[in-house]
Amino acid sequence: MVLLSGTKKVGFTVMIINTIIYYFREAATSLIRNAWLTVASMGTIIISLLILGSSVLLVLNVRQIASDLESSLEITVFMEDGLEQERLDELREEIKFVPGVIVVNFITKEQALENLKESFGDKADLLAGLEDDNPLPNSYTVKTREAKLVPEAARQLEKLEGVEQVRYGQGVVEKLLALTHWVRIWGSLSLLVLGVAAVLLIATTIRMSVFARRREIGIMKMLGATNIFVRMPFMLEGMIIGLTGGLVAVLIINFGYLSLLNKVMLALPFIQLVDDPVSIYRVLGGLLGAGLVIGTLGSTISLRRFLRV
Amino acid sequence: MIQLYNVSKKYPNEVQALNDITLHIKKGEFVFLVGPSGAGKSTLTKLICREELPSRGQAIVNGRSLLRMKNREVPYLRRKMGMVYQDFRLIPNKTVFENVAFAMEITGASRKEIKQAVPAVLRMVGMETKINMLPAQLSGGEQQRTAVARAIVNNPVLILADEPTGNLDPDTSWELMKLFMNINRRGTTILMSTHAWDIVDDMKKRVIKLENGVIVRDEESGVYGHDH
Ligand SMILES: Nc1ncnc2c1ncn2[C@@H]1O[C@H](COP(=O)(O)OP(=O)(O)O)[C@@H](O)[C@H]1O
Ligand SMILES: [Mg+2]
Repeated sequence: MVLLSGTKKVGFTVMIINTIIYYFREAATSLIRNAWLTVASMGTIIISLLILGSSVLLVLNVRQIASDLESSLEITVFMEDGLEQERLDELREEIKFVPGVIVVNFITKEQALENLKESFGDKADLLAGLEDDNPLPNSYTVKTREAKLVPEAARQLEKLEGVEQVRYGQGVVEKLLALTHWVRIWGSLSLLVLGVAAVLLIATTIRMSVFARRREIGIMKMLGATNIFVRMPFMLEGMIIGLTGGLVAVLIINFGYLSLLNKVMLALPFIQLVDDPVSIYRVLGGLLGAGLVIGTLGSTISLRRFLRV
Repeated sequence: MIQLYNVSKKYPNEVQALNDITLHIKKGEFVFLVGPSGAGKSTLTKLICREELPSRGQAIVNGRSLLRMKNREVPYLRRKMGMVYQDFRLIPNKTVFENVAFAMEITGASRKEIKQAVPAVLRMVGMETKINMLPAQLSGGEQQRTAVARAIVNNPVLILADEPTGNLDPDTSWELMKLFMNINRRGTTILMSTHAWDIVDDMKKRVIKLENGVIVRDEESGVYGHDH
């Protein structure tokens, strides 16, 4: 009895392996039979995933550069109007006390206006009359020991009493972040269009395979094949297209990005791109997953529509 | 084996293909289904293998109610029956051996079981010398023998044959009919629709005659009838 159930178990495993081999063989046959459609849908997937991958890497890098830049800049702390000199002096001490702060310079309203006039050059007369009612605030410019301490220091400075506003980055950071915003919008849009195209192309490929085998499918059902047995080769076909497309995109992005990293490191050594393997592998893994999802989706749609079993 | 109670079938296009059919076929019987074209013979066959569902009535095959059967149970019902059709329905790019083996692969049989069973049935239908030929290289009779081998390789309890000799010449038809008789002798129930009146008259089996979806005659050791 024990022996019998043992051989049954082995038989079951063999049966599953045979069936899996059958699924792959049938999927491969279809892929080769519809070679052109296979290539077209793989190509679309590759292009979509290349766009997805480069958008994601672009956004990651712009974010990193923005935050580097953000940190390398000095902080301007604007004071509220009408503070006593005593309070202003106290504030200087309190600012020095904020962790990381090393240099503090006081800039009076008058100095600030002078600086502004200087920056206007020969159009400085536009600012005439402002002396009587100077709208510019007193301020401190603050430098930190290390660039990366800037954001936290700025947050602390904002909390001090008598401080009206804290600014750093002078808009560069904002501009860079706005860029990532556009990259994201356009990236998502083209990804959506191409992604849908890829899914539809795969669905068409699978539909052709189903069509080419409709007689065979009828025979299989007559012989008592289960739905899974009938459908699996077609499912697999879409998944293989998706995964292969994903793999090609991953290889292209991987080598493309590595050579970009090398070039940037040589030519622009002060720019630090995203280069930690974990982040990069996460992006690449995501691409592979996206390929698989696109393939599976294409197959599912097609089978829902054209293989009612 | 087959019990139909007041079964009617109306297709979506309003054609009433079967009308109030009550019919019992016992295990081991050999039954001919005769009648003019359009009488509903194929429809009856399709009901029994649950390719179509009755619009009215009860149908029980191999102890299971077809109406209460879930879709995912249908494959297992079909594995208990062998189907043979006029147009053979072999897979063109598979050899004789592979076509028969396919019926077993579908059920998840192992290579070893397949290697044992397939040559045996091919020997039984007299196809043992053409094991590696493709359907296109075979005569009609040989193709149908292969289809019969495929139908019996999983040891079905029932064989449904819809005009199996429709594309064969009289001599070949007779050969095939002997094959079916052998299979029936081993206890397999056979329901066969046919226009081959001479064979029906000669074999003296049960004959059910359909006309316009109604059973007009059902007799043991029957004959085809006068209208040929
Ligand atoms: N799938 C179908 N849809 C609609 N009508 C059908 C279908 N199959 C058969 N019929 C009709 O049902 C009737 C019986 O057909 P059938 O069962 O094929 O008869 P037989 O096999 O005796 O020639 C015919 O009038 C035929 O046109
Ligand atoms: Mg018919």
